[in-house]
Amino acid sequence: MTSEAAEIAARVGEILRAHDGMEGPLLPILHEVQAVYGHVPQAALPVIAAGLNISRAEVHGVVSFYHDFREEPAGRHVLKLCRAEACQAMGADGVADHAKARLGVDWHGTTADGAVTLEPVFCLGLCACGPAALVDGRVVGRVDEARLDQLVAEVTA
Amino acid sequence: MRIFVPRDAAARALGADAVAAAVRAEAQRRGLDVTVVRNGSRGMVWLEPLVEVETATGRYGFGAICAKDVPALFEAGFHDHPKALGRTDELPWMKRQTRLTFARVGLIDPLSLAEYEAHGGLAGLRRALGMGAEAIVAEVTESGLRGRGGAGFPTGIKWKTVAGAVAERKYIVCNADEGDSGTFADRMLMEGDPFTLIEGMAIAGIGVGATKGYVYIRSEYPDAIEVMESAVRIARGAGLLGLSVLGSDHVFDIEVRVGAGAYVCGEETSLLNSLEGKRGVVRAKPPLPALEGFMGRPTVVNNVISLATVPVIFEKGAAFYKAFGLGRSRGTIPLQIAGNVKFGGLFETAFGLSLAEIVDEIAGGTASGRPVKAVQVGGPLGAYFPRALFDTPFGYEDYAGQGGLIGHAGIVVFDDRADMLKQARFAMEFCAIESCGKCTPCRIGAVRGVETVDRIARGDASAIPLLTDLCETMKSGSLCALGGFTPYPVMSALTHFPDDFAPMKEAAE
Repeated sequence: MTSEAAEIAARVGEILRAHDGMEGPLLPILHEVQAVYGHVPQAALPVIAAGLNISRAEVHGVVSFYHDFREEPAGRHVLKLCRAEACQAMGADGVADHAKARLGVDWHGTTADGAVTLEPVFCLGLCACGPAALVDGRVVGRVDEARLDQLVAEVTA
Repeated sequence: MRIFVPRDAAARALGADAVAAAVRAEAQRRGLDVTVVRNGSRGMVWLEPLVEVETATGRYGFGAICAKDVPALFEAGFHDHPKALGRTDELPWMKRQTRLTFARVGLIDPLSLAEYEAHGGLAGLRRALGMGAEAIVAEVTESGLRGRGGAGFPTGIKWKTVAGAVAERKYIVCNADEGDSGTFADRMLMEGDPFTLIEGMAIAGIGVGATKGYVYIRSEYPDAIEVMESAVRIARGAGLLGLSVLGSDHVFDIEVRVGAGAYVCGEETSLLNSLEGKRGVVRAKPPLPALEGFMGRPTVVNNVISLATVPVIFEKGAAFYKAFGLGRSRGTIPLQIAGNVKFGGLFETAFGLSLAEIVDEIAGGTASGRPVKAVQVGGPLGAYFPRALFDTPFGYEDYAGQGGLIGHAGIVVFDDRADMLKQARFAMEFCAIESCGKCTPCRIGAVRGVETVDRIARGDASAIPLLTDLCETMKSGSLCALGGFTPYPVMSALTHFPDDFAPMKEAAE
């Protein structure tokens, strides 16, 4: 076991113990692992599987099922743009095209300098002030192309 | 002096945090004793951030306020200002509503249990505690409340099934995985009046004999998660939750759980799988979740709004609630008016308004000022309505009769620039992205659907009957509403807006 894998095993072990006795603890555990590492490292899977007495395939199945869980780290900043209907009605498709061109990436892509990852999101519940975005967890409404440029400039400053 | 600056996510997305900071700073600069209350939203999103000041004659609103307006507001003594709106509760948008479920949202400090009680909170739970389990379930049945998540199943019947099941442990699961585009009622309720949801869940627990509740909130709602977690902690500390609910011998506690970005988890059986730590795949029914739900035990799965409406039913009585509405759609419904509208937000009213009243009068038409082309009601699985169907009254059966659904009551307005073929393609694409993969009509059908719409777009008229046939298969062969209802937006776009499907137009010419 590499020292990195050993460190992950120790830290994930702590997380598992903190969720002892919880009913259906896998999602809360994965959320916490991702909060620590920015993604769910491969080395965490066998530790979680052993701790919960399920197969490694089951853990992998859960990680890969949900859009939120990353198998690789994201860029330093994550820009999520809403693609859903209410935002479409306010021009979200155009804003998305502008974002892709400006950042030089497609959905789920990270800029070459590792600064920004662009993600689609389907509804942030900001449907009366769309197009909506989530920038590093902060909600932003009425995002047009100019506002998008501003947001990108803010996070890459 | 108390000044209200909403903490609702929509207000924050429009700059409310900067406004609140500016109010505090300006008050300090002037040496004034000002308390800033971060309330929920009144629901008038076009006026957010809506700043209110409390006076002897009521609360006066100013909107939409940005941080640089704040010094002038103080200068004007919160009186005459170009953005002054007058008394908030006298505004036409507020006066026209019947606010039962949302009575306190925007009014109180969401995390003040004292304010909650002062505005009628806990009266329902206190009454329920004196009624006995059977009478609680009967009261909900009598109120006519139906599932506000969209399915419209009578809440009382669901509770009765769980109450009648024998098990050592039962659960109340609140479905707060509000993934439908155009909907934000659950979010606003949780951010603006979380104790209502807690009270409703406690009443449900006592009624059916459940001792544990879960609130499953989607991860896209970080603000709602934070408020609900705080509210549960406060409720536990105050004895509203725990081993003795309000001093009674009933045990009930709540845990907040966070989803992980899967639309399909709004479907109750995949939500239960997700809560158990599994992939969010749909379960076949039967067995009903009411009998074999979370961890295989009897479980009530209700939407946020259904549960948050329970307290007012107990406070004012089933007959009071039932008196609102039309046909078998009783009570009120929080309409969420969204998309391309002049006045967007949350509007709670009795069932029965026509779509024309909602779109033309309440929403004031489009934000762009262009004609309305289509209105999607009920989220990404809801039908697109053309103006010809705008007289449809808002009710479960009435919408079903028009090949649509009210869903979670989200209303998304599109102007005449909308391309309905593109919207139909998006419905299929969304279904393909979000399908849990368990059943073939949804998993494969959605992918084929995108391809078939693309064929139509390229001018292949023979693909149109194929799309119709595919929709028929998805509708009757899918395990849940995702695959089963995706045909609604697709077929309504095709049926009501044939001009956007080029080959149909050519064939007609």
